[in-house]
Amino acid sequence: MSLEDIIQETKTFYCLDCGKCTGLCPVSRYNPAYSPRVMLENALFGFQDDLTYNHDLFSCLTCYACSSKCPGDVDYPLFIQKARALALDAGQHGDCAHSGTVQSLARLMSNPGVSQNRLEWLSDGLRISTQSDTMFFVGCAPYFEHIFDFDSGAIDAVKASLKILNHCGIEPVVLPNERCCGHDMLWTGDVETFRRLAEHNAAIIKEAGVKKIIFSCPEGYRTFKEDYPKYVDINCELQHISEFLADRIAENGLDFSEVKRKVTYHDPCRLGRHLGIYEQPRKVIAALPGIELVEMEHNKEESLCCGTSAFVNCDSCSKQIRVDRLLEAKATGADTLITSCPKCQIHFRCAMTNKGEEKGPDVEIEVMDLVNLVANALGDGHNE
Amino acid sequence: MSEFEPSILCFACNWCSYAAADIAGTSRIQYPPNVRLLRVMCSGMVDAEYVLKSLEAGFDGVMVAGCHIGDCHYISGNIKAQEMVTRLKKLLHILGLEDERLMLKWIATSEGPIFAETIKEYVEQLKKLGPSPFRKELVT
Repeated sequence: MSLEDIIQETKTFYCLDCGKCTGLCPVSRYNPAYSPRVMLENALFGFQDDLTYNHDLFSCLTCYACSSKCPGDVDYPLFIQKARALALDAGQHGDCAHSGTVQSLARLMSNPGVSQNRLEWLSDGLRISTQSDTMFFVGCAPYFEHIFDFDSGAIDAVKASLKILNHCGIEPVVLPNERCCGHDMLWTGDVETFRRLAEHNAAIIKEAGVKKIIFSCPEGYRTFKEDYPKYVDINCELQHISEFLADRIAENGLDFSEVKRKVTYHDPCRLGRHLGIYEQPRKVIAALPGIELVEMEHNKEESLCCGTSAFVNCDSCSKQIRVDRLLEAKATGADTLITSCPKCQIHFRCAMTNKGEEKGPDVEIEVMDLVNLVANALGDGHNE
Repeated sequence: MSEFEPSILCFACNWCSYAAADIAGTSRIQYPPNVRLLRVMCSGMVDAEYVLKSLEAGFDGVMVAGCHIGDCHYISGNIKAQEMVTRLKKLLHILGLEDERLMLKWIATSEGPIFAETIKEYVEQLKKLGPSPFRKELVT
């Protein structure tokens, strides 16, 4: 795809040069050299090298804060996604966080010869089946358990999701050979690996013959919903677990035990601004008896990003964004920060393991996935 | 079809294992030519990503070789390497790779014969396992 094609597809030419994007950009706040407006301007002037050889091209969090307020309706994150593919062709790439382990694993998984042992976490009486119409997409959680030197909590969220589904009488299909959805590959410009992963996942889902897929990871959900249709056919109903829970609660109510917590909810970019799901998770939290939900200063459409996306260009600037978000959560007086994205959780927990001598402000707060909160309240002998 | 010849990448620490390989060479001890040696200053600097990149590049086995525990030139680099390998093995297991695809071995400077023996054994092990699913024929 050439730069002209990208400009056409993302409607960059509608840019009014107003600078709202830069004003809203969480990255620009801490890195004044980074400006979405200037990026677009460079593209419109045809300065392709200024774009592809700009290291900050990989600093964008693709959080959609800019596009949500753009008067010209320019799709800046999509522009970044495509421009990164151009940069990759020119041999440029971002600084991969955790040395690029996550990206390497995704590339290795895209190999058709791989046969994984990805279901060894299944235990505690979690029931899955091979016949159900409903599938649960696990994603990268089994890998996340071992990549980081702190507890990522990702696999606990998967277990909690299964507990919830089991409690609702669903024994979902969980495929032993599903692959990474390819989200990080697509957003770092490696379209070829993404296509291979998508094709593989589409093939095994077709073979499993399921009609509905439930996700606990918003990145997987977004990728299946928005990006897969451009490459493969997935003729399934797709649902995030918060939507599923909100529906169930509205239909017949679920029996929850009391939860004595004061919580605040962090909207993951993928679930919030990307897909517009703000109310369902809040409805689920409100349905828990005894819980108090307080909102942060920036919430829903104005929510701040957790600071890193696609494990690329994680630097002092993204650290600062995370610390600010955690301080905002603490300022509400809540004892628990609830989110529904495993990666937001990883980035927050990472920010809290500040090993430096200068610890900075106290950002310690309990971070928990929405599904863990719900699963704990469901009883079933799985209480905390 | 000719017999499968595994390709191995060995990260050898500058102070012990690389020197051991030198001793093996100067003592004219024969060992299979399947291994490529990559000298690193310490086994502790071998990141999990280096191993994953090697597997991605098509090597059938990756070996991390360093000084014996307690002998590290940088005090505790080999302990760091041990922790990395333990964690990475879990990842590789989920990815469906056999435990033997990644090997950690302590070889001291004087242990040239042990270095040669280790490579011989590792090649035999990998021959039994067969090629890695990521193997590319270009790597020989």
